[in-house]
Amino acid sequence: MTKEERLKKRHSAEKRFRFYGLMSIFIALLFVLILVQNIFSKGSSAFKKTVIKTEVFFDQELLEIQNGASEEEILNTDFYDVMIESLINSFSAQNLDEENEIIRLFSPDAELEIKHAFLQDNTLIGKKVNIDLTASDDIDQLHKGNYPRDLPEDRRRISNFQLNVYDYFVDNKKISKNFNNYYFTKGDSRDPELAGIGGAIIGSIYSILICLVLAFPVAVLASIYLEEFAPKNKITDFIEININNLAAVPSIVYGLLALQILLATIHLPRSTPLVAGITLALMTLPRIIIPCRASLKAVPPSIREGALAVGASKFQSVFHHVVPLAMPGTLSGTIIGLAQALGETAPLILIGMVAFVVDIPSSPIDPSSSLPVQVYLWSESAERGFVEKTSATIMMLLTFLIMMNFLAVYLRQKFEKRWN
Amino acid sequence: MNLVLIFLIIIFSLSLFFYGRTKTKSLAISKGIKLNALPKFYGYYLVLWCSIPALVFLLIWTLFEPVIIKSIIIETAANQGAVFNDKNEANLVYEKIKAIYLGTYFGDLDSVLKESALAYAKFINIFTNSKVVLIFGIIIASVIYSLKKIKNNNKARDDVEIILKGLLFVSSLIAILTTLGIIFSLLFESIKFFSVINIFDYLFGTNWSPQRAFVRDASSITPEEYQELKDAFGFVPLIAGTGFIAFIAMLVAVPVGLFSGIYMAEYASMRVRSFSKPIIEILAGIPTVVYGFFAALTVGPFFRQIGENFGLTVSSESALAAGLIMGIMIIPYVSSLSDDVINSVPQSLRDGSYAVGATKSETIKKVVIPAALPGIIGSILLAVSRAIGETMIVVMAAGLAANLTINPLESTTTITTQIVMILVGDQEFDSPKTQSAFALGLTLFIATLVLNFIAQRAVKKYREKYD
Repeated sequence: MTKEERLKKRHSAEKRFRFYGLMSIFIALLFVLILVQNIFSKGSSAFKKTVIKTEVFFDQELLEIQNGASEEEILNTDFYDVMIESLINSFSAQNLDEENEIIRLFSPDAELEIKHAFLQDNTLIGKKVNIDLTASDDIDQLHKGNYPRDLPEDRRRISNFQLNVYDYFVDNKKISKNFNNYYFTKGDSRDPELAGIGGAIIGSIYSILICLVLAFPVAVLASIYLEEFAPKNKITDFIEININNLAAVPSIVYGLLALQILLATIHLPRSTPLVAGITLALMTLPRIIIPCRASLKAVPPSIREGALAVGASKFQSVFHHVVPLAMPGTLSGTIIGLAQALGETAPLILIGMVAFVVDIPSSPIDPSSSLPVQVYLWSESAERGFVEKTSATIMMLLTFLIMMNFLAVYLRQKFEKRWN
Repeated sequence: MNLVLIFLIIIFSLSLFFYGRTKTKSLAISKGIKLNALPKFYGYYLVLWCSIPALVFLLIWTLFEPVIIKSIIIETAANQGAVFNDKNEANLVYEKIKAIYLGTYFGDLDSVLKESALAYAKFINIFTNSKVVLIFGIIIASVIYSLKKIKNNNKARDDVEIILKGLLFVSSLIAILTTLGIIFSLLFESIKFFSVINIFDYLFGTNWSPQRAFVRDASSITPEEYQELKDAFGFVPLIAGTGFIAFIAMLVAVPVGLFSGIYMAEYASMRVRSFSKPIIEILAGIPTVVYGFFAALTVGPFFRQIGENFGLTVSSESALAAGLIMGIMIIPYVSSLSDDVINSVPQSLRDGSYAVGATKSETIKKVVIPAALPGIIGSILLAVSRAIGETMIVVMAAGLAANLTINPLESTTTITTQIVMILVGDQEFDSPKTQSAFALGLTLFIATLVLNFIAQRAVKKYREKYD
């Protein structure tokens, strides 16, 4: 091999090596793109729901109330017959089976929606009005194009007759897509068209607030102690090693801890944001202490010495000067820790947050779900409608996380002093 | 009740702040003495003395009250003729009595339960009353003590600082308490588990199927039953599955992470670095449940489809899909740590290599990486510990049944998956099945602890070398 050939070979090896590096970064970036694209394309349709415009006749014979009835009377009245009549009349059915199939095109909450319309206007008796009723999950998915209609009938969840009715609705412009208010306001449900993340959001907010209230002060105080006051001895070394190890303990182990101590020993209520918040606080604590200490360490000694020189006590120099200067770093570290806690799922599953909760929790000691757990729960469900719901929930979760991270970056860039 | 008490304590101690401040001020003026601290510190002093003892007492009381009441109630119920053979039945009776008291019990009521419920109400009443009285006693005592100190013109600032320093120390102890709590709660159930299953049978058994483990009476297990139990709790398939999936993950994460770390540290311009580093770090910020969803619903079926096209049977819960996605999740851990490690290799080493005519890649391969090797290995070990502790991806995308295999297209299960599967839903406490989850947790805890310890030692040693 001549000198030139060898040099050429070495230079192409150099190029190859460089290319591998660029490729790996590219692969990582590509994956972020694929993931986001995949989730968004699946999830964005969940923010709309399919409604069927139905003519509802409030027949006096089918109702036990008069025009002008009070709210309580209306709530106690059965609108079932009115609903059945209206749904059946929306298409001319030949027999009972077909009538049942028509009814199954609507969500189980159709009666409630009719009742709600009557609550808005209690003079409707004897009148015919058009009301947008939520369609069932199957129709919803069909209308959004997520459901193939060219399968043979026995492999479809929708019968040929139901398809005919659907086409009739489409031809008469009775079907439309509305903003999916249920998705944001309702709790969990077995029916995808009625399932919402209202309960999960509230549950997550409660858990994160409890986590913040417990973890933040303790983390700040602990890092102040370790960074400013602790003597260099065996005990502080031990605490330090301990904190570093705790930060790397798998999150599921915290779930086991919570199960054994919080639930089995001191009998806190299962499936509640209270227990979730405490568990997440224990888990987040070391992850907040580490950035807190780093930002305390970044404050130059001259600040401390200046304060001491004018006669402040050690305590005053730390609390009046060092801690305020370290606050931006501390806060952004805390927010990032909380963002991790918000996405944490495994420990919450162990403390029973996978329970099926329909009601929106009104306090931290009500059973509740949380956003990541809701993702897990819905992803295990077989119904097609839950796929878009799950993706949409992931979108919401990612939105919250991105907002928190931006806040952290903003705080750091805006308020943090650079010491040079 | 507790909330009201806490509220009262806080309000009272805050009002003492103003009292302490004005009192010392007027004292100083009327008697003409020089105070040893600013007046506000006397206020703080009173606040701390008034609130801390009472709150600590309240906390301890609240923790122990249910336990004490429970033992008393079970005893009284036994005296009244309730029969229970073991602890579980006693617990059940206690829960019933509590439910009657709370008005949420709808079963049959017999006289024993009724009497016990009345006794329960009585004890709750006594305990609540004595709690309130004791707390007021404590507050009065500590306020009298601290007021006396103030009157004697103590060095309030020093005293306040000592108390606060104690508070800081206690907060830093919480980390240790958490560790103790983890160890205690894992050991507690694990010991029960290992008293039933021999630890060697657990560690070397090759069959894992806890759903088969039915035990009628844990205190007397016949040899045949034990044989069956032994076959239900063999750890080998789990560690094999966990290791296998982690191995696939590392096959993805190490090359990609290492190369991007090297590229960022050695080649990338500031501009490329400033946008690609945060984007790669996004991968670490995405919740694992999102990866799990992606692996289970997109990647798994995708691989199956590809496999079908080639005539292979691919399980839709294949180890490959779970491992691949887990590997992608781990990329940023490897890349940012190795980036750091490579950056801290002194420039003089590189300059020396360039001086003898090496190209950049030769320098990296022959000089920088060998120099950074301990740190890189440390970061890989940290990533491994992350991989074996990862839960949601494998729960959603890997299999549930233990399967001793090295075919990446088949489904396997992992330690974390089994913990979740065992503990989700209704658990019977005191069954070997539930306890086995804690034994698994203990094994996982020890494994990650050892890996982290070695990794941190390696990274630290390496840092010290070049500092």
